Formats: sequence, C-alpha cells, structure tokens
Amino acid sequence: MEIYLNQFFFGVFPYIAGAIFILGSLLRYERGQYTWRAMSSQTLNNSRAFRWGSVMFHVGIILLFFGHLFGLLTPPEVYQAIGITTAAKQQIAIWAGGIFGMICLAGMTILVWRRLFNERVRANSAPADTFILVLLYLQLLTGLATIAVSVDHPDGYVMVQLGSWAQSIVTFQAGAWEYVVDVHWIYKLHMFLGMIMFTAFPFSRLVHIWSWPVAYVRRAYQVVRAR
Amino acid sequence: MRIRAQIGKVLNLDKCIGCHTCSVTCKNVWTSREGMEYAWFNNVETKPGIGYPKEWENQDRWNGGWVRKSNGSIQPKIGGRWRILANIFANPDMPAIDDYYEPWDYDYGFLQNAPDTKTMPTARPRSALTGKRMEKIEWGPNWEEILGTEFKHRAKDYNFEGVQKEIYGQFENTFMMYLPRLCEHCLNPTCVASCPSGAIYKREEDGIVLIDQEKCRGWRMCVSGCPYKKIYYNWKTGKSEKCIFCYPRIEVGEPTVCSETCVGRIRYLGVLLYDADRIEGAASVPNEQDLYEAQLDVFLDPNDPEIIAEARKQGIPENWIEAAQQSPVYKMAMDWKVAFPLHPEYRTLPMVWYCPPLSPIQSAADAGKIGFNGEIPDVDALRIPVRYLANMLTAGEEEPVVLAMERMLAMRAFMRARHVDGVEKPEVLERVGLDVETVEDMYRYMAIADYEDRFVIPTNKRENSESIYDGISERGGCGFSFGGGCDAGHSDPDVFGGKPLAQRKFFPIKADREKA
Repeated sequence: MEIYLNQFFFGVFPYIAGAIFILGSLLRYERGQYTWRAMSSQTLNNSRAFRWGSVMFHVGIILLFFGHLFGLLTPPEVYQAIGITTAAKQQIAIWAGGIFGMICLAGMTILVWRRLFNERVRANSAPADTFILVLLYLQLLTGLATIAVSVDHPDGYVMVQLGSWAQSIVTFQAGAWEYVVDVHWIYKLHMFLGMIMFTAFPFSRLVHIWSWPVAYVRRAYQVVRAR
Repeated sequence: MRIRAQIGKVLNLDKCIGCHTCSVTCKNVWTSREGMEYAWFNNVETKPGIGYPKEWENQDRWNGGWVRKSNGSIQPKIGGRWRILANIFANPDMPAIDDYYEPWDYDYGFLQNAPDTKTMPTARPRSALTGKRMEKIEWGPNWEEILGTEFKHRAKDYNFEGVQKEIYGQFENTFMMYLPRLCEHCLNPTCVASCPSGAIYKREEDGIVLIDQEKCRGWRMCVSGCPYKKIYYNWKTGKSEKCIFCYPRIEVGEPTVCSETCVGRIRYLGVLLYDADRIEGAASVPNEQDLYEAQLDVFLDPNDPEIIAEARKQGIPENWIEAAQQSPVYKMAMDWKVAFPLHPEYRTLPMVWYCPPLSPIQSAADAGKIGFNGEIPDVDALRIPVRYLANMLTAGEEEPVVLAMERMLAMRAFMRARHVDGVEKPEVLERVGLDVETVEDMYRYMAIADYEDRFVIPTNKRENSESIYDGISERGGCGFSFGGGCDAGHSDPDVFGGKPLAQRKFFPIKADREKA
C-alpha cells in the first residue's frame, strides 16, 4: 500500500497535475478570458501595510520559483562543471531559500491576515481566493520547515534525490517515484501541496502569472486599433 | 501627414445648470452594476471644490498625465515602462475606493416590511462593499454640491493656483460653477500608454478610447495614468472600465446618452480631422502654456481643398469629411475660439472641450463701479476669477480665455440690442474680432442650439463595421455581453470561480409574508 501511494503521488499525480495545469490554462484562456485577471483588491483596502505585504510576497515568491526551477532541474554534472560541489549547492539553496522564504513569509502573513480579517476584502473574496492564499501559505511554511531537516544532512544527498525526481518527471522517465520514496515526510508534504497548487492553478486567480506583461517594455506608448 | 477623424465634444459651461441628468442617465445605462456603483463615467462637480475622486487635479498627489523630460521627450508621470512594471504588485499612485466614496444602498424593503411601530420606519444605508450597516456616510459622489463643505476644504482646489483665494471664502465674494466631466478620449492618452497589457486602445475611425475587457488583466496602472481619474477599477470583475463614449450609439449616428439627455443643451458632438503625425510634437512642447495652441495646430481644416483631397486618398469616408465641415466642435474650438481643452498641461491632448462660463457681475456692493469696456462689461468684473478658469482650461494663460468670454459677452450685447432695443450695433463686435455673420452663426449654435446643429455625427459605414455588429444585429448573435463572447452571458458561477456578476448580496431577504 505504501509503495502504491508513493507510486501514485510521486509517479502518476505529477502528470495529472501537470495536464490539468497546462490544458486548464489553455482552455480558460480560450474560453473565458474575461475571467483572466489578477483580481487585485487594492482599491478596497489600500493601506501601507498591504502595499508592503504585496510587494514582499510577490518578490519573495518569484525568487523562490526561480530558485526551485533552476535548483531542481539543473543536473549535478552542470553545476559541478562550473566548480560548485553538491554540498555547497545545498548551502546556497538553504540560504537563498531561507532568505527569500522569510521575505515571502513576512509579506504573506500580512496578506493572509488581511484577506481573513479585513471586512471589505473578506466580503469580496471568492472561496477560491481564500483557498489559494491559504494553500500557498501552507506551502511556504512546509518549505521553510524542510530547512530544519536539510541541515541534518549537509552532504546534499537528499537534494540530489529530489532533483533527480524532478528531472525524471519532466523528461518522462518511469520510476521517478523511487528517488523520493525514502525522503523525510515533510518534503513529501511540500511536494504534494505543490502539485495541488498546479492542479488548482487554472481554476484560481493564479492564471495572472502567465500574463506578466514583458511585451510592454518594447511597446510603443500609444495603441490604435483599426477596424 | 496621417489624417484621422475623431468625434470630439464641447460642453458649453455657460449654460450648464448642474441638474445631473447627464450623470444619472449615463449611470442607468452603463454603470448600474455591482462593482461599478462608485463609478460615474459622467459626473458633475461644483467648482471650486476638490472634486471626485478627492483632489483629482492635484498631480503632485496622484501623478496622472505626462511629464516632459529634460531630453524633450515625454513619459507618464507615474514613471517609464520599467518603473510601471516595478510597481505592478502594489500601485503606489492608486486612489482607493474611499477617495471616491464607499458605495451604499438603502434598505428600501424595510419601508414595506417594517413591523408595527410608533415611529416612522426609515430606510437606512448599507455598504455595497460589505453589506453591513453604514452608521454615517462620510463622503459621496457629489459631496460638494452647490458649495457644500467648508471653504477651507474646497480651497484645496488646484485651480486656485496663483489666485488670492482667501477673499473667495467670504460670502460676498463667493463664486461657483459646474464642471461636468467624462473621459476626454485624448489624442495622447496616458491610460493607453501606462497599460502594461496593451488592453486600452484608441479606435482609428472615430477616436474613441476603449478598454478591451478580454485583454485587461487588472494591473490598475491606467487608473493612475489618467490625470482626469476617469478610469475605474471594477472591484467585482477585477477589470478596469471607462466611458465608452456610447460607441454603439455613435456608430449609428446617435449622440451619447449624456449629450442626448442634456436638458441645458450644452453638449455638442462633431467630427474633427487631425494629423496623427503631429500628436507627439504637440504633446512635447516645452512650455505648458503653449499646449493649447499646439493642439489647435494638430487639427486640420476640413474646408481646405488640399486636406479634403488628402483625406479622401487616405480613406476617410465622404460622409465623415462632410460632417467635419459641419462640425459644431470645429466651429467653437477653431473658428470662434470659444472652447478650450480641460487641463492641457497634462499633455494628453484631450478631446472634450469647454466653453468658459460667464458669471454674474460683482453686483450689489460694487454697483455703479462696474468696469465697462465700451458696450460689454469688463471680464475682470465677472465673479469667477479669470485666472481660475485659465488654470482649468489653458494652463494659466489668461488671454485666450478672456477673448472667448469677451466674444460671448459681445454676442449677448449685440443680440440684446437687436432683439430688445431693435438696433444693430456691429461696433460691439469689432473689438473682439467678430463680424455680424459670424455672431449670427454663434448665436444659432450657442444660444438656440438646435438638435441638428449640436449633433453632427456621421454613421459608420456598414460595410466597414460589420464586425462591430456581429453580436447585435446578425442572426444568431449573442447580443450585448461583457466579454467572453456568448459564454459570459449566463449568470451561473463558472468552473473557474467567476462569481455571478449580477449578484446582489446585501439586501436581507425575508420570506414572503403570509397572507393575513
């Protein structure tokens, strides 16, 4: 049974989550662009605390995202080739993740508190808004909690296991789940919540992440449309 | 030369009676929806006052409009592209809903459902944001109506710049005027420039500025970019909305709702031809006081044969050229120079223009001391200080505003002499550079103001606007909907969590009373 659950959650579920994430996003973009927005509540409550909270949350989580992206998907041969040992990479990961995580935590604490206890914001939160914020908060907390476990094995072995799992998943190799079957449960919880996040992505306001407006920096200021 | 056409607008403030019919009809048609209760695509402010939203003209506070950089180019005052993107997580220049007002409704149902009591039942206010009781309403859409609130608050009005304002707080010297406001549908709109998504655009054929509700992602930069604060963030849909210049009506040759219903007949709609290549240069002139003249230079003379030939060549439809020749807006802005842009110093080249209001002569106390300039009273003797109007309409340059008001006074004096005294007095016109023929024309348009003269709107060519109508007029179309094609017409929450837009949650619903 334990084997089966490991197989399912770390071998099969990643593909279910990934499929929902990609197909769901495409479908929503095609069928319901009117609902595709950041859904800011700044106009309802524009306190200084909110502005700081929102900036810290976004900056923190974007850095964490890229940290995970490169940290998990860079093969050991690549970072070793540029002279970074596995142990050193784990130190980098712990420090970067810890610092970005604390920035994100500070901001997110403000945002969660505001969403739950600001009268106007709460009255105008869809269930999905609160759900996704609490999910991200739990995800952040479990992520920070993994640091406490990681410092116990500074050789970076577990980190390599996790990286191998992620690399196997994205390259469609069978048996990926075997890499993580023995890691501490806190990593597994963090991974599970992460996949829930991908699953919920197209059904929540998170879709605005796809739309970050890079094209703007090269666009002419004025836009004229001919009929 | 790139010739484009725009339906421009003039509001003759001299005739505005502040009845708010424009605002109410507009609201009933376009913004009586949840999330937009606080938004008035058209509102009428009593001036002097800080306005709606609070202090909207104070760009030190809101950073709307453009600034000219030392290298001669212009950029939005909220910052260049990178700066705008850097502020995307929390817009530091964004008015919150309290800067407009907290929207509310009343428990009208209680008037019918109240139990038997010794006192009259009352309909108490309830916040539209939270559904909770509002014990005290602190601010509203028209809080300063007819000089409401204390002078010391209203004195923050930006247009007092350079005016010794203290004396206007005294009862004997007080003055007021109405300022109806709507989206200016600028030639150089800052909202368009500051939209990171590129969702806001100007229509090539008629100049109407619209927000593509499908492409809007709710980054809110347009709210800050617009110096007139005429873009509203819909907190229910998470998208910004603005005045659409009633484009479905304009396309079929009908005036906008605000113009159609104006009981004072102060609103004029007409075509202006302009040279799109001159926009950037005009918006970048170094001196703010030159912006009004610079904008006049962007407009093209629709009676000039060369312009007509070039316009035809560039595909401007014949009925649009004809409409431009009949345009009341062109006459008032260009021929007679009695209409001005609102706050040209924002460098947006606005396209809704205003005739300055005449005001009572400082009477009673000063009787007998009125300065007369020949037949017409001295403009300096009018109650509203010229500098105040100039701050509003010409970036502080008084000369054009004085000339416009003198022309309007001369028209009155001439027509009064003709109709009341039965004498012709062409001499009153000479000093203000008018002749009898012109003043008769002015009288026809500004005083009589027949429907056909006020609104000269060419219809869009059917063959060119098919796509515009495919929702409404074509068989099997979806009719009017808020984006999402036929999809979003239904009101059930969809699988992606969209809440029903028409949901009203704050009326306590009681079970039907049993019949006695």
